[in-house]
Amino acid sequence: MKDELQVGFVGNPNCGKTTLFNAYTGAKLKVANWPGVTVDKKEGAMKYHNHKFKLVDLPGTYSLTSYTMEEKLTRQYILEDDVDVIIDVVDASNLERNLYLTLQLIELGKPVILALNMMDIVEERGMEIDLHRLPEMLGIPAIPVSARKKKGLDILMHAVAHHNDKKMDNNLEHHHDIIEESKSSKHPHKHHKEFTVVYSDEIEDKIDMVSERLLETDPEIENVRWHAIKLLEWDEEIRKKYPVDLSGIINRSFETDIINQKYDFIEEIIEEVVVNKSKKEAATDKIDKVLTNQYLGMPIFFGVMALIFFLTFSVGDAVKGIFEVVLEVFSGLVLNFLVSAGTGELLTSLIVNGIIAGVGGILTFLPNIFILFLALAFLEDSGYMARVAYVMDGLMSKIGLSGRSFIPMLLGFGCSVPAVLASRTLENPKDRRRTIFITPFMSCSAKIPVYVLFAGMFFGEYASLAAFSMYVIGLLVGVLSAFGMHLFEKKQTRFAGNLLIELPEYKAPNARSILIYVWEKVKDYLTKAGTTIFVASIVIWFILNIGPSGMVDDMSKSFGAMIGRLLVPILEPAGLGLWQISVSLISGLAAKEIVVSSFSVLFGIANINSAEGMNSLVQILRPLGFGTLNAYALMIFTLLYTPCAAAMGVIARELKSTKWTLFTLLFQLGIAWLAATLVYQIGSLFL
Amino acid sequence: MTLRDAQVGQNYIVKELDLEQVIKRRLEALGLIHGTKVQLLNQNRKGDVVFKVRGTRLAIGDKIAASIFIEEVA
Repeated sequence: MKDELQVGFVGNPNCGKTTLFNAYTGAKLKVANWPGVTVDKKEGAMKYHNHKFKLVDLPGTYSLTSYTMEEKLTRQYILEDDVDVIIDVVDASNLERNLYLTLQLIELGKPVILALNMMDIVEERGMEIDLHRLPEMLGIPAIPVSARKKKGLDILMHAVAHHNDKKMDNNLEHHHDIIEESKSSKHPHKHHKEFTVVYSDEIEDKIDMVSERLLETDPEIENVRWHAIKLLEWDEEIRKKYPVDLSGIINRSFETDIINQKYDFIEEIIEEVVVNKSKKEAATDKIDKVLTNQYLGMPIFFGVMALIFFLTFSVGDAVKGIFEVVLEVFSGLVLNFLVSAGTGELLTSLIVNGIIAGVGGILTFLPNIFILFLALAFLEDSGYMARVAYVMDGLMSKIGLSGRSFIPMLLGFGCSVPAVLASRTLENPKDRRRTIFITPFMSCSAKIPVYVLFAGMFFGEYASLAAFSMYVIGLLVGVLSAFGMHLFEKKQTRFAGNLLIELPEYKAPNARSILIYVWEKVKDYLTKAGTTIFVASIVIWFILNIGPSGMVDDMSKSFGAMIGRLLVPILEPAGLGLWQISVSLISGLAAKEIVVSSFSVLFGIANINSAEGMNSLVQILRPLGFGTLNAYALMIFTLLYTPCAAAMGVIARELKSTKWTLFTLLFQLGIAWLAATLVYQIGSLFL
Repeated sequence: MTLRDAQVGQNYIVKELDLEQVIKRRLEALGLIHGTKVQLLNQNRKGDVVFKVRGTRLAIGDKIAASIFIEEVA
C-alpha cells in the first residue's frame, strides 16, 4: 500500500458532500484553484489507524459528460490524477437521482465506495435501505453515514483503506441476468458478472466493436469499455482524443439510449433495495407552499433581506463599539510606549497615524462583516437561496435575466469575488456576462465602513437610512444597466434567460458548515487587513509625508497631494473636488475599506469610527466646504465606481475578453461619476 | 399538452423534450427523459413551474416548461 492514499469526494450538488468532507478535515483546508480555472480546489489531510489520507473535494456534479466545467473537471481528475479511491457521496433519501452519477463513476473503472449520506433522514421518514442487496447490485461497498451527526465516519475510512487495491469486487449479483439469458441473449458472456451496468444487446454489440477498434489504435488504452461507451455517446472530448473510424458501427449518438438504460437499471435497484419509499410527504413541500407562494414569496424574501441588513448594521454596530474602545486603548498604549522608548517622531507617526489608524479602523468592522456573512451562509445552507431564484424569476425576466442571476447578485452584498464566480452556474454566456456586469453594483461588505463613517458623521439620526439607501441605489443601477444591455442585445436564443434550478430539501443549517464558511470569510477579511490594507496604509502615509523636497510638514506639499490635485477638476462637479478625496478614491481601488483608512491617515485621526474621531473629522471637513451633500455624493461614488483589484481580477478572468472587461470597468467609473454629479448638482439646487 | 399547462398536484408522464442541447442534457442527467413520471408542485403567474422528477424538485422557466410535452397519468 502507498504511504498516502488520495481520496476524491464526488457527488451531486446538495448531497452533503462538503459537510462530509468538512467532518473529516475541519477548517484545516488547503484551498487552491484547479489548474487553468478558478474553481476552488479543496484539499485536506487526515490520519486513520496509521494510514495517511489526502482528501480532495470535487465540485458537485450530476453527471460526467463533458458539457459543463464541473463535469469536465471531475472526470479529468478521476481519469488523469493519481486518485486511489473515490468516495461517491449520495443522498440516501434520494437514491434514485444520486445513483445516476454512481453508475457513471463505476463505469470509469477506479475503486469507488458509496457513502450513503443522510441516513438519519432516511430513518426519520420511515424508509429502509437494504444494505446487503445494494452493494451486491452495484458491485461496490456501500457504507451508511451521517455527515451532520458524524456517524459512520470511521467505518467509511476503514473501507477506503481496504478497498483501494482491489480492482472491482466480483460479488455482482443481478437477478435480471437469468431473465436476459432466457430471452436467448447474444451476450451471455459473463457481462452481468463483470459489469454493473449492462446495456441492451444492440448497444453491447456496438461497445464490443468499438472496443476492438480502440484497441487496434491504442493497445495500451485503460478501461476500453468506458471509452467505447463515451464514443457511442458521441462525447466531444473522447472523440477528439480517439478519432477512430467508427463508420459501419455508429451512425448516430446513442446517448439517450444509454441514459435511458442506466435509469432503467436504477429503477430496478430502487425496486429491490428501498423499502417504504417516502411514506411521509417531505416537510419541504409544506414549507415551499408558503415560501414560494406566488403572492407571499416576494414579500417574505424582502422581509428576510430587511432583517439581514437590520442585524448587520444595528447589532453589528453595537458590538463594534466594544472593538473601538479596545482600539483606542491599544492605540494609546502604543503611543505611550513609543514616546517613552524615545522613538523618533516620524516613526511614531507612521505606526500610530499610519498603520494603527489605517488597519485598526478597518478591524472594528469585523462584527458587521461577521453578521452579514453568517446570514448569507444561513440562506445558502438552509436551501432557501435556490427558492429566491424561483421567487425573483418573474421580476428578473423583465430585465432579460433568469432568477438564477439573482443568486450572484445576492452574494454580491457579501463580496464581489465569490459572487462573480457564482455566475458560472449560468449556462448561457450572455446571461453570465450581464450578471458579472451588474454584480459589483451590489454594495459589498467592504463598502460598509465608508457608509458607516460618512453617514455617521453627516446624517445624525438618519445615518442608517442613508446607509440603507446605498443598497437600494446599487440595486437600481444594476437593474437599469442590465435592462439597457438587454435592449442592446435583443437577438436572443429561444431559451436565453429561462430559469432552470434544483430546489434542494430544506434542512436545519449545519453549525459546523456555517462556521467554517464564515470563518473563511473572516479570515479573508483579517488577511486583507493584514496585507493589502496594511501595505496601503504605509504607502499612503509615505506619499502624504514625502514631497519633492523630502519629508514635508504640510501634507498639501506631498506627492500624494500632487497626484490628488490632478483629478480635482474632474471630481469637482460631483462635489468631490478635494485632493484628499482623490487620493482616498484612488487608494480605494486596492480595497474599498482603504477609502476610510486614507481619511484616517490624511487627517491623522487614530480612531476614526469613534464618536470623538468622527467629530474631529467633521470639524476639519466642514471648513473645507465638504458638507452633507458632498458626503452623500462620496458614498454614491464609492458604491458604484470600479471595484477593488481582487474583484477586477476575477471579472477579467471570468469575462475572458479584454474588450468586455475594459467596458465593464469604465462603465462603472462613468456611472459612478454621473450618479454622484447628478445627486450633487440637483441636491445643490435645494440645499 | 406541456408542463406549462399542467395542474398543481397532478402526475404526468414525459413524452418529448423539444429543447436546445445544453438544457436537454442537463435535464436528461437529472433523469427527465421519455417516459419519466413527474408531478407538478407549484406554478406562478409568469408560467414558471416547480415539479418533482425522480425525487428531485426542479424549478424551470415558462419557455422551458412550454417545451416539455407531457401526458396525464390515467
